[in-house]
Amino acid sequence: MNSHAPPPGEGRRGFFKQTAAIFLGAVTALVPLAAGLLTMLDPLRRKAGPAGFVHVTSLSALPEDGSPRRFSVIADRSDAWNKIPQVPIGAVYLRRQGVLVHALNVTCPHAGCAVEYRPASGSYLCPCHNSKFKIEGGLADPRSPSSRGMDTLEVELRNHTEVWVKFQNFEAGKAKKVAIA
Amino acid sequence: MKALLDWLDHRTGCRKLLQEALFENVPGGSRWRYVWGSTLTFTLAVQFITGIFLWMAYNPSSQTAWESVYFIQEEMLGGWLLRGLHHYTAQAMNILLVLHLMQVVIDGAYKAPREVNFWFGIALLGLVLALSLTGYLLPWDQKGYWATKVATSIAAITPFIGPELQKLIIGGAEYGHHTLSRFFALHAGVLPAAVIGLLVGHIYLFRRHGITAKQPYRKPDEKFWPEQVLKDAVACLAVLAAVLFLVIRYGAELTAPADPADNYAAARPEWYFLFLYQLLKYFPGESEIIGAMIIPTLIMVLICLMPFFGRWKRGHRFNVSLLYVLLAGVALLTWKAVQADQANPEYLAAVRQAGKDAERVKVLARGPNGIPSAGAVTLLRNDPFTQGPKLFAKNCASCHRYDGQDGTGLVSTNAPAAADLKDFASRAWLTRFLDPAHIATPQCFGGTKHVEGKMVKFVQKDVAAFSTNDQVMLRKAIAALSAESKLKSQRDLDGRDAALIQEGRQLIAGETLRCTECHQFRKKDEDATAPDLTGYGSREWLTGIISNPKHPRFYGKRNDRMQSFGEEKILDSVAIGLLADWLRGEWYEPAEAPVE
Repeated sequence: MNSHAPPPGEGRRGFFKQTAAIFLGAVTALVPLAAGLLTMLDPLRRKAGPAGFVHVTSLSALPEDGSPRRFSVIADRSDAWNKIPQVPIGAVYLRRQGVLVHALNVTCPHAGCAVEYRPASGSYLCPCHNSKFKIEGGLADPRSPSSRGMDTLEVELRNHTEVWVKFQNFEAGKAKKVAIA
Repeated sequence: MKALLDWLDHRTGCRKLLQEALFENVPGGSRWRYVWGSTLTFTLAVQFITGIFLWMAYNPSSQTAWESVYFIQEEMLGGWLLRGLHHYTAQAMNILLVLHLMQVVIDGAYKAPREVNFWFGIALLGLVLALSLTGYLLPWDQKGYWATKVATSIAAITPFIGPELQKLIIGGAEYGHHTLSRFFALHAGVLPAAVIGLLVGHIYLFRRHGITAKQPYRKPDEKFWPEQVLKDAVACLAVLAAVLFLVIRYGAELTAPADPADNYAAARPEWYFLFLYQLLKYFPGESEIIGAMIIPTLIMVLICLMPFFGRWKRGHRFNVSLLYVLLAGVALLTWKAVQADQANPEYLAAVRQAGKDAERVKVLARGPNGIPSAGAVTLLRNDPFTQGPKLFAKNCASCHRYDGQDGTGLVSTNAPAAADLKDFASRAWLTRFLDPAHIATPQCFGGTKHVEGKMVKFVQKDVAAFSTNDQVMLRKAIAALSAESKLKSQRDLDGRDAALIQEGRQLIAGETLRCTECHQFRKKDEDATAPDLTGYGSREWLTGIISNPKHPRFYGKRNDRMQSFGEEKILDSVAIGLLADWLRGEWYEPAEAPVE
C-alpha cells in the first residue's frame, strides 16, 4: 500500500505548503526551546555580592612573630533563593607586622583549592597541585602551576584593635588578579 | 554539503529513513482528523524540552523543592514561561489523549491487525496520567502535597500489600525528602524512558500498518509531506497558542509551601482527576476500594478488550457507544465535583485563604530576610499576618469577633459573647468602649458577665454625665492609654501628641477620672480589681492576658469564661505571640516603591 517515492512537484502551491510546514514546525519547536535557553542562561546575569569589609578578628589574636593564622570569614550569604545570616563564606590568612596586618585569601589562584600554611618551611602549599607560595603570598617556586601569587585582600584596623578584611574571591587560572563579579 | 550528506547517507541510510518518514502514502489524502497523534507527539516533545531545562534549576527535597520552583517562577529569566509551558502542556496532553482515543475508536483503528498498537496507546495513556500524578507533587506546595497524600493513601487500601506499597511509593513512613526523590526519579527518569520506548513501538506499528483512512475518500491519495505535515503543524501551533494564552493570562499556579501541620481544606486533585475524586464519594468506608480500584480497573480492561469486541457484528458500534458512555460519565462526575465545591462555603473560604497564603509567602520570600535554610514554610509559620487569623478563628472566635467575623472572613450566625478585637487598644476602639451608648453592646462588654460590673455602670452613669471639660480630659486619657500599646498604626499620631499623652497619663493616674479606683497604672496597687492599664494593649500585655487572664494583673477571680491559653497549654508561646502581633497589626509589609 505504501509508496515511498517523492511526490511529483506541484509548482508554486507545493512550494508554499512546504515552506509553511517548515516555518510553522520551526516556530512550534523554537518556543519551548527559547524559553528553556533563556532560563538556562539566567546565571549569566547574576552578580557576586558586593565585596564589603568584614570584622574577622582582633589584633591581639594575631601572633606577634609575624607567622600567619587562618580565620574563617563570617558574613551573610545568598545562595539562589536562600539568605543565610552569618555563616562562613570563606577563609583568610592574617599576618601581623607591627601594627600592620596583611591578609591573603586561602583559595589557590590556580584552580581554587584551599592553600595550607607549612610552619616548618614558612611557606604555603596547595595540596591539590603543589603550588608553593612565600609567606607574603608571592610564588615561591617558578614551577608552581599557579600563574600568580596568592590573592591579597584589603585590611582595615578599626578602633585600634578590630581587624576588618574586604573579602573577595578572584578568578582562578589567570596571571592577572580579577575579582569575580 | 552534498558530499557530506552522501557520506552520512552511505553510513547511516538516513535518506531512505527520511523518505520513508516523509513520503508515506495517505489514502484519501490528508485530513484534519489525523492530526491528534502528531499533536500528542509535539506536546510530548515540549514536555521533554521544558522538563530538561526545568531539571537544571529544580531541587527535590522538602526544604528546597518549593523554593527552587519559586525561584524558577519568580526570579529566573523566562522561568515563568518555561514552567507555564510545562504546566499547561501537561494539561493539554490529557485533552489530546482523549481526542486521539476518540479518533482511534470512532475510526476503528483498534481493529486487527492494529490491536497491539492500540494497547501501546492505552499504556501510553496510563503513563501520561502517571506523569501528571508524579509531576503534581514536585513543587511541594500545599495543593500538590495534600492531593498526592490522598492519592498515595488510596494506594494503601490495595489488598494484602497496601501499607507496604504506600511505603515504597513515598519512600518511608512519612512524606518528605525521599518522597520527592522517588517522584522526581519516576517523573524525570523512569516514566519518560517508558514513554519513549512505547512511543517508538507505537509509531513503528503505526507505520507498519499504515493509517486507518476514514471512508469514503474525499480526494486522491497524498503523501505525508507536505500535505499532512502542514495540517499537523497548524494543529500543533494551535495547541501551542492555547497553552501560551493560558500561561500569559493565568500563569502556572504555585500555592503556599507544603505544611503537614496546616490542614489544607482546599485540597483537590487536578481537574482531569476530579471524576475519580467524585466517584470515591459514592463508596464510603470499606467500600472505597470499589471506586478507587475495582471500577477503574474494570473500565481499563473493557477498553483493552475493544479490539475483540470489534470482531462481533455490532462490536464496533458497542465500542463507540461504550466510549461515549465513559466520556459522558467522566464529564458528569467532573461537573458534579465542581458543583459540590462551588456550593460549599468552607471550601470556597479555604480556596480564598490558600490564595492569600500563596501571595503572602511570595511577599515574605522577596523580603529583606529572604528564604531561610529551613525552608519557605517557616516564613508562613512565623508570620502573624498568616497565622493570626487562623489562630483567632480556631481559639478566639467562639466568643470574640474581629470586625464582625472570625478573622478569616467567615461570619458566624451566633451572637458574639465577648468584645470585637479589631483595632484593639487603638484610640477609636477605646473611644467606642468608653462610650455610654456602646459599652454594653455585643461589640464591647455586652456578651460577658462584666456587663453587670462596675465599669459598665461607671461609663453608663458617670461618663454619660461628663461635662465638656470632663470629656476633653477623657479624650486625653484615651490617647494616653492607647499610647501604652505602642501600636504601629498610631506611631506617628502618638509622636505628634506627646504632650497631650503626658497630660493623659497624669489624668489616668489622678483621681478626677477615677481610673485607679479599680485599675493600677504605672505603680503597684495591691487593691486593684481590674486589668492593669500599664502597657495596656502592648505585646507583653496581650501575651500575658492570653496566657492567663486569671492572673491578678488582669481579671483575677473576676475572669469570665476566657481560657488561660498559655497556662492550660492550649497554645504555645510562639502561637500566643503570633496572635498578639496580629491583633496589634505587627507584621512584615514591603516598603512601597518610591514614586519616580
